[in-house]
Amino acid sequence: MDTVEPLKILIADDSNSDRLLLKAIVQNQGHEVVVAADGLETIEVYTREKPDIILLDALMPRMDGFEAAERIKAMSGEDFIPIIFLTSLKEADSLALCLEAGGDDFLTKPYNSVILKAKINAFNRMLKMHHTLQQQRDQIIVNNEHLIQEQEVAKRVFDKVAHAGCLHVKNINYSLSPLAVFNGDVLLAAVKPSGKIAVLLGDFTGHGLAAAIGAMPLAQTFYSMNAKGFGMKEILQEINSKLKDILPVGVFCCAGMMDLDLREKTVEVWNGGLPDCFLYRQSDLSYEVLPSCHLPLGVLSPKDFSCETQMLEMLDGDSLFMWSDGIIEATNPAGEMFGEQRLKTVFEEHRSAETLFKELEGRVNSFIGGSQRDDDLSVVEVVMVDKEEFEVENVLSNHKSYQGPMDWGMSYDVRPDTLREFNPLPVLLQILMDIPGLRSHSGEIYTVMSELYSNALDHGVLDLDSSMKSSTKGFAEYYQLRSKRLGELQEGYIRITMDYRGDDSNGLLTVTVQDSGKGFDISMQTDNDYKLDGYSGRGLPLLKSICNSVEYKGGGNEVEVKFQWSYNDSRKLA
Amino acid sequence: MSDEKHLNQAALSDLKDIMEDDFSLLVTTFIDDSILRLSDLTNAVNNGDADLLRETAHSFKGSSGNICAPILESLCNELESMGDGNQLEGVPVYLAKVQQEFTCVKSALESLIGK
Repeated sequence: MDTVEPLKILIADDSNSDRLLLKAIVQNQGHEVVVAADGLETIEVYTREKPDIILLDALMPRMDGFEAAERIKAMSGEDFIPIIFLTSLKEADSLALCLEAGGDDFLTKPYNSVILKAKINAFNRMLKMHHTLQQQRDQIIVNNEHLIQEQEVAKRVFDKVAHAGCLHVKNINYSLSPLAVFNGDVLLAAVKPSGKIAVLLGDFTGHGLAAAIGAMPLAQTFYSMNAKGFGMKEILQEINSKLKDILPVGVFCCAGMMDLDLREKTVEVWNGGLPDCFLYRQSDLSYEVLPSCHLPLGVLSPKDFSCETQMLEMLDGDSLFMWSDGIIEATNPAGEMFGEQRLKTVFEEHRSAETLFKELEGRVNSFIGGSQRDDDLSVVEVVMVDKEEFEVENVLSNHKSYQGPMDWGMSYDVRPDTLREFNPLPVLLQILMDIPGLRSHSGEIYTVMSELYSNALDHGVLDLDSSMKSSTKGFAEYYQLRSKRLGELQEGYIRITMDYRGDDSNGLLTVTVQDSGKGFDISMQTDNDYKLDGYSGRGLPLLKSICNSVEYKGGGNEVEVKFQWSYNDSRKLA
Repeated sequence: MSDEKHLNQAALSDLKDIMEDDFSLLVTTFIDDSILRLSDLTNAVNNGDADLLRETAHSFKGSSGNICAPILESLCNELESMGDGNQLEGVPVYLAKVQQEFTCVKSALESLIGK
């Protein structure tokens, strides 16, 4: 007797001798046997014993094998119960009946034990496969439910992060799948305190949660910095370095960003890795192509990253289109892609800016026709509109009202123990950055403040001679001496005085830094800036290039700079 | 009459191997069932019941095959076909042949189990 995995086999036959024989054959092969002598009993035994395989005679009293088979197959649901019909039927019609009733195979009389063994083994293998399949399917269902649940949570979080947006305003048209974030597509729009409209379309590499994860910090940075009035360049810098920090190599974000200035009728554009953006001119129905000039966000380190933007004039009614590559790669049932040429044709053939977006959507949708609609078809159109009209329509005037502290002054003294251990610049910058008008100049303000402070400390309080730094040896000595003097510092101070006056369209910041050093003869200062003690090298020219005025006072230990901003950025007019 | 014609000896020896100690039980079960079937067949002929004729002959055919009685099996096959075609005229002649053949098979089988 072969060693086999024992199965429970139901033998249903009304012929006592045949049943006896079959039972002996099956038992000899190592299986457990349960028996039934008619159709009704077959069903009873099946229900009670849950056999693995049924050997079923076709013609039986009370209920024949066909009906019994049908009932059992119906009762077994998605479980697989192989039914082998026992028959000496020879007509094709009768055999067909067995199959229709749900039979899986036949065994003809007289019985042949070798053939029966082969069949039982074959069905045993099928049973195992079916079982494995069911388990794996159930596992897949569980996994899938889990995945969907996770995505729902992630989407809820993302929607919260992204809710601050103003995508609903009338001059923004867009097409974005509700689950676009899982295709890595992100569309954000915000109105800045200045009234400019900032829009960012991002397309992360990859799909699913991996693609969505970067969208959170992207959206958060975009909204918080826009709300504080930061300029596009600062925001791009910040997003790039944040993404570079957190995303694994190979994951990055192709993005296009624009700042739409309704007052000046200009748009500032940056395109890093998105397909060419189109600027559609209503006046002559032409369009301008704005290609990607940069690498995507999250690729380059902050020092290599370029946030160089392009400034373009835009008249009311002109519109700027940005899209992810989904539109170009939209595929029709024949496998053809929509492509850039078709995109251009839509723009070339179209005669009205107002219906262009709908027209474009329609063309792409009719192109992909019956084929599965791509979920990552993200398109945004931003139309230049009248500023007053925009504000009335969107009730956004309250965004403009917060101008931060507008008329104030303060003085901050830093004394030896603090000079040694503490850098007061972040605190002071934070105070200055509360003024929305200054935020878009945060980089310049930082340069001015740090230049003033380090000069006051090094050349004022610590009385170091900057000319030491002109040789490599001197450079090292300079810093040794600096560290020594700072450590031994017993008295001295730096007094920083800030004064600000402004409104919603311009403002003047005056910063005076006075130190306890010995100063210098200020009558020299107009003769040759470069020879001035304290501001050798680039110091003074740098300050002068940023500030509207730089002036030494008193005994040369006090410097006053004025920094004026106005809405249109041309501070130097003052 | 020789047993060789009524029983397939080669197949029968396999059958003995399969059944082992239960071989005589198989034989007596077959004989008991067959007696009932012969009586059903007779009733079917008397009542002109073609369905009963066909079904009984069909079962009898299957069991005869399993017990290695080829002549009985083929006679039952003839009967089944007649019932299937609803042509009962020639049935009594065949029924007599079946009865006669069964008598031979029965005594051959009984001698095998020492009755």
